[in-house]
Amino acid sequence: MDYSQFLAMKQEIGLLIVFLLVFLYDTFFSKKAQGALPVVTCVLFALLTAFGLLCPSVKDGAVAFAGMYATSPAIVAIKNILNVGVLIVLIQSIKWANSEFTAVRRGEFYELILLTLLGMYFMISSGHFLIFIIGLETASLPLAAMVAFDKNRYESHEAAIKYILTAVFSSAILLMGLSFVYGIAGTLYYDGIAMSLFGGSAMSVMLIVALAFVIAGFGFKLSLVPFHLWTADVYQGAPTSVTSYLSVISKGSAAFAFLVVLTQVFGTVYEQAWEWMLYAIIILTITIGNLFAMRQRNMKRFLAFSSISQAGYIMLGVIAFDYMGISALMYYVLVYIFSNLAAFGVIGSIENATGKIDMTDYNGLYKTNPRLAFTMMLAMFSLAGIPPFAGFFSKFFIFTSAAQQGTPEMYVLIFIALLNTIISLYYYLLVVKAMFINETDTPLPTFRSACSERLGLWICVAGIILVGIVSPVYDYLLTVVLP
Amino acid sequence: MFSNILIYFVVIPLVMLLGLALCRDIKQIRAVAVTGSTALIALSVWLLVDYLCQRSAGADAPMLYVDSWTWFAPLNINLAVGVDGISIAMLLLSSIILFTGSFASWQIPQPKEFFLWLILLSTGVYGFFISIDLFTMFMFYEVALIPMYLLIGVWGSGNKNYSAMKLTLMLMGGSAFLMLGLIGIYYHSAPEGAPLTWNILEIAANDAIAPGWQRFLFPMTFVGFGVLGAMFPFHTWSPDGHASAPTAVSMLHAGVLMKLGGYGCFRVAIYLMPQAANELAWIFLILTGISVVYGAFSACVQNDLKYINAYSSVSHCGLVLFAILMLNTTAMTGAIMQMLSHGLMTALFFALIGMIYGRTHTRDIREMGGLMRIMPYLSVCYVIAGMASLGLPGLSGFVAEMTIFVGSFQHSDMFHRVFTIVACSSIVTTAVYILRVVGKLLYGPVQDEHHLSLTDATWWERFATASLIVCVAAIGCFPNFFADLIKFTFSPQIFTVLGMN
Repeated sequence: MDYSQFLAMKQEIGLLIVFLLVFLYDTFFSKKAQGALPVVTCVLFALLTAFGLLCPSVKDGAVAFAGMYATSPAIVAIKNILNVGVLIVLIQSIKWANSEFTAVRRGEFYELILLTLLGMYFMISSGHFLIFIIGLETASLPLAAMVAFDKNRYESHEAAIKYILTAVFSSAILLMGLSFVYGIAGTLYYDGIAMSLFGGSAMSVMLIVALAFVIAGFGFKLSLVPFHLWTADVYQGAPTSVTSYLSVISKGSAAFAFLVVLTQVFGTVYEQAWEWMLYAIIILTITIGNLFAMRQRNMKRFLAFSSISQAGYIMLGVIAFDYMGISALMYYVLVYIFSNLAAFGVIGSIENATGKIDMTDYNGLYKTNPRLAFTMMLAMFSLAGIPPFAGFFSKFFIFTSAAQQGTPEMYVLIFIALLNTIISLYYYLLVVKAMFINETDTPLPTFRSACSERLGLWICVAGIILVGIVSPVYDYLLTVVLP
Repeated sequence: MFSNILIYFVVIPLVMLLGLALCRDIKQIRAVAVTGSTALIALSVWLLVDYLCQRSAGADAPMLYVDSWTWFAPLNINLAVGVDGISIAMLLLSSIILFTGSFASWQIPQPKEFFLWLILLSTGVYGFFISIDLFTMFMFYEVALIPMYLLIGVWGSGNKNYSAMKLTLMLMGGSAFLMLGLIGIYYHSAPEGAPLTWNILEIAANDAIAPGWQRFLFPMTFVGFGVLGAMFPFHTWSPDGHASAPTAVSMLHAGVLMKLGGYGCFRVAIYLMPQAANELAWIFLILTGISVVYGAFSACVQNDLKYINAYSSVSHCGLVLFAILMLNTTAMTGAIMQMLSHGLMTALFFALIGMIYGRTHTRDIREMGGLMRIMPYLSVCYVIAGMASLGLPGLSGFVAEMTIFVGSFQHSDMFHRVFTIVACSSIVTTAVYILRVVGKLLYGPVQDEHHLSLTDATWWERFATASLIVCVAAIGCFPNFFADLIKFTFSPQIFTVLGMN
């Protein structure tokens, strides 16, 4: 066996080492020393992130273990993007993890988060559906435990049950689809399936059904409409740190895995088989996500529906079916990480300080906590796609990439998406309105957020402002996807 | 990059933003606002003089000071700048209004945040006028829109939440059309095989947009900008928005921001897609014709001073788009003059209304009267503004409207002539609503005893209004100067590109 192929997996191995160190620290260090566990995890993970960013990435992709595992510059880049997001989540969760009720279990939280990330890594860089499924399960099941982390809260249990049932159900559907695919192609290797579908000779009802199952399975993970019903309840019930992880990292990785599967495996049947399915799903997702978000008053539910519609925009990069679409998708995920984590950071820090989570509680926030209100406003503007913040650039690029095919249908799709940005602007502005315009007699008291929370928010704000204006970020993401 | 003078139109506001962020009290804030806006006026005037010198020295490129810096190389997005006479006129207008607007908001509550948003808005405006790259143009356009929400929502009056939301969403709705149009233009900007571009000059030179696509993209961009230009039936944000906005914001919005619409319609929709403009102009002529007449009639029945003026803006801005769509040199020159004239005049109006409202605490003309006796200075200014609006010779409104109607009547077919006559009728209606206000508000009996104790304008108010009046009179007395400034844009080369007479 050629042991050098392990080198292709250096990010996975690095993550495994971090996980083991955290695990050992949690198990063998004294109770007193364990107070430092969150910080230690953050430092270790920051090292891993830096390692991923600095070490020379694979030149033109590598395949290991007889094609089971594949990597490429784009895959390394998306793992780096996820790392940055996870790092922010870890930093933001320090205060919550050290709080009275969670302190005894904080070790589990960090171990599970690293474990799910490992699963996502495998999901993204698999070359065979077996590895993919293993990665998917590793990424989903521990998340259910994390959702149930607030074990004294009823909603947390409810959310966990809903999450685990949907996760299992969607995996089952996905597996069903894959078994059909196996029936058609006789192999589960990505290359093999792509080869046997080449030329469209294998087009059949069977393939359409198989793809419908696969897309449905992914739809659950990505909470695309009509597979989104679990999202709001789970986001609301889960602890805020877990919600932010779920909405950003889990979604980003699933989106990229979806992209890889659709383009690499089923790319040859794009026009015949899945373009129209995705087309319908995107329209539904964006529209319904937006319409439901308008009526939400609980901030976490609100962001849940907003993230549903954001997933629809992310899918525009998939339907573009082009190098520009892939880079636009990665860029969108990166920007989305910063914007959404900024929003969740503010929500979490207010929740930690006062326990308030309703939009009406945010009335007059600017008077008492101007910095938090300002950060939240940046996050909302970035999510809504207002320049000069990063969200504007990511939206513009993803629309531009989707328009590249130039067909009238694509223009219709973009137009619907654009009209939806207006709806989304309405509800994002509602938050801004609550904080800046609404008057109230009982505003939230002035408080100072914990050092870790402020650090996390500073990183997000820097990202929101810089990732858009500083063009090399996008240039880099385009160079990694170009062959 | 910093050797180009145009970039300072964005740099100065950014420096002002930085300065404002560091300010501690209102005096410093005023100092920053006045210094910055004075610098911007100086810069605009200097640019104007330098531009005219270069032109008279024989420079005949469509745009001067052209420069381009790469931003997003893979998509060929550049920070491209360049100006011609129209842009310079607009830059000058923006500077004047920002300057007077700073004086008009001398005693605004929460001054730091107010000026931060106001300067951010003007950064967008300046950036829009200097850009010749569609992407940056669009970006600055949206930068200019969003501060409006908070400016109206926080500092506004009346039904401000509703108005602010309506204005923002409608304008963003316009920009949805616009974005689709711009992306479409980008993908058809160059002939097969050549690199695609966002640069307006290059797109116009390539002239590669197929007629079929033009027929789709022209309405998209025209409607997109037309929403901001208050084109019927997308004008409804304008009365509510203007009525609820604080004084300086109304001034800047009606004076400058609505001009973004007219400017964009010309610079993007017509300049880049002349064939479709020729074919489809009639649809939009009907719509803008309705704006002109409908706006004027609506103004007649309003009782709120700001609503009267807002509807009057709909009517006057409709005239700008109307003239642009005539697609000939005379009418377009008139359109540009009307933009300048309306910008200054409406800013003057809103400034005066703000000052009157600040004293009487009502804007309802039925509750006021005899102000000429109580505050003669403000009342005289109001009469002058009114006269400019209804087109008294010697003030700006007359030359602009005259040029527009002469230009429009050059079309010899029935359709254009009928619509010109219909639009002309708005002049009469304008006289009706202006004189109605002047009669009720300034003359007649004093309606409220408390008003008798009110004071006349303070020094900063006098300064703001006087400078605007000087400008209005300047256009009215020396129209040729402005016509000369603009005419290079409509030089023969441009019209061969446009494919028009």
